[in-house]
Amino acid sequence: MDLKSLTIKKVHEGLIKKEFSAKELTNSYFERIKAFDGQIKAFLTLSEDLAFLQAKEIDIQISSGKEIPILAGTPLVLKDNILVEGIRCTAGSKILENYIAPYDATVTKKLKAQGAVILGKTNMDEFAMGSSTENSAFFPTKNPYDLSRVAGGSSGGSAASVANDFSLYGLGSDTGGSIRQPASFCGVVGLKPSYGAVSRYGLIAMASSLDQIGPLAKHTEDAQIIFEVIGGKDPLDSTSVESMVSSFKFQVSELKIGIPKEYFIKGIDKEVEAGVKGAISKFEKAGAKIMEISLPHTEYALPCYYIVVPSEISANLARYDGIKYGFSKIKDDKKDLIDVYFDSRGEGLGDEVRRRVMLGTFTLSAGYYEAYYLRAQKVRNLIKQDFDKAFKIVDVILTPTTPTPAFKIGEKVADPISMYLSDIFTVPVNLAGLPGISLPCGKTKSGLPLGFQLIGKQFQENMILELGKIFETL
Amino acid sequence: MISKEQTQHIAKLARLGLSEKEIEKMQKELSSILDYVEKLKKVDVSNTKEALHILPVNLDGEAQRKDIARSQEEKTTKKLIDLAPQKKEGYLQVKEVF
Repeated sequence: MDLKSLTIKKVHEGLIKKEFSAKELTNSYFERIKAFDGQIKAFLTLSEDLAFLQAKEIDIQISSGKEIPILAGTPLVLKDNILVEGIRCTAGSKILENYIAPYDATVTKKLKAQGAVILGKTNMDEFAMGSSTENSAFFPTKNPYDLSRVAGGSSGGSAASVANDFSLYGLGSDTGGSIRQPASFCGVVGLKPSYGAVSRYGLIAMASSLDQIGPLAKHTEDAQIIFEVIGGKDPLDSTSVESMVSSFKFQVSELKIGIPKEYFIKGIDKEVEAGVKGAISKFEKAGAKIMEISLPHTEYALPCYYIVVPSEISANLARYDGIKYGFSKIKDDKKDLIDVYFDSRGEGLGDEVRRRVMLGTFTLSAGYYEAYYLRAQKVRNLIKQDFDKAFKIVDVILTPTTPTPAFKIGEKVADPISMYLSDIFTVPVNLAGLPGISLPCGKTKSGLPLGFQLIGKQFQENMILELGKIFETL
Repeated sequence: MISKEQTQHIAKLARLGLSEKEIEKMQKELSSILDYVEKLKKVDVSNTKEALHILPVNLDGEAQRKDIARSQEEKTTKKLIDLAPQKKEGYLQVKEVF
């Protein structure tokens, strides 16, 4: 079966016309995973029983002549911080190595209701903290275009899976670029929806004022279909909102695309810059008006992020205490209660997680809260206002997704800040709660994928998605 | 620069058991990250409110449900309790506190 050319619509038609069965399709993907994932290492867990059960159900529905939903029988992967009942969910951490999810995340429920086929759970940086999957407690995921390089992160397993045809699409989560950056590194499409657009119930929390779930796919059209299925208000997530996403019909020639000058900084890779400029000129040729804009607080976004995020992490990760679930030292008789906390967390959590928990504990502690957290939240407002002002002039903003193509495995692990810098163009979008999408725009001379980012107004996912679809035809 | 004693104190607050060597490493790393975020002090925030949340909805009002316990089926609660490393008669068990 030619998996590379498949799209959601093609699978849907193929199933209805009985060109192949859901079981055959599922089988083809597992064959490919088993042949090649030894090299790529995208998966932490395969869920074959669940997948074939779902596929069988869909095949029965088709043979009985029932109409099937658009995602019925479509094989996908989920980042391993999204719960699937009865399936192990590690969040890339030793502290959850043997954790079996007791319920489905809301996005999982919605996908299952459509009859989508969950093939497995993909590798990630521990608790989604990282930009390369090298912070996974288990192993790093390799870039399918160059095995000596990272797949990006933290949703690197899902991105590599889609890029390598281990699945038709995948879900990831994005707190500061964790969908868009690996999408860019692996040459696929990655959408970070607006804050509130998709329920996070059943997503293992990192930084709750920023986390969002979104799709990774080969084409924008697929990403749009998936987004429409997973979005909407959920009573189990108070921050989710009724779908405010409107549909857009527009001519490219009516569009004003803003290019923020602060995003073309010194140090940006020449080939990345050339790739993004190529995308800009394609839009320009199609008639869009290209305008230089300014987002003056851009340089403060990353330091702001690295106060807000660790602060929220220190609160969210307090739940891993060795008592309720996960890795624990409670059975050690020599210990008293406080040592159970110290040792379960000390041994169960990895370097980057401990670093952020420490940093956040400090920035929220008495005497430092105002100087750090409160100030950062004020700067966050200024960053948001930059975007508000820009969107009074332009319809959409175009930037590089990352300053460089995929970097070498091991290149940045020793220096946390150099790793943080790989998210410099994606972080501001999360701070402002906006939708952002990374789209492929060619390759470097050595064959590494390049990507650019479109940023839309809040809840205007469909604007950037429609524009992405147009770009693919240019 | 953050001191070794401060680092130890934070580790205690965070309930992280770190070895002497890990404390030293952490002290250096935290200091370099704090130096990096120092940049924020240059921003004039005197006329700016903090971003409490970025959604155009009232999270203090309509977004909140009533504070009523939602009962769960026994098989669901059992599944949650089963995840605990130590339990007794349907309760989580911890070390003696006193």
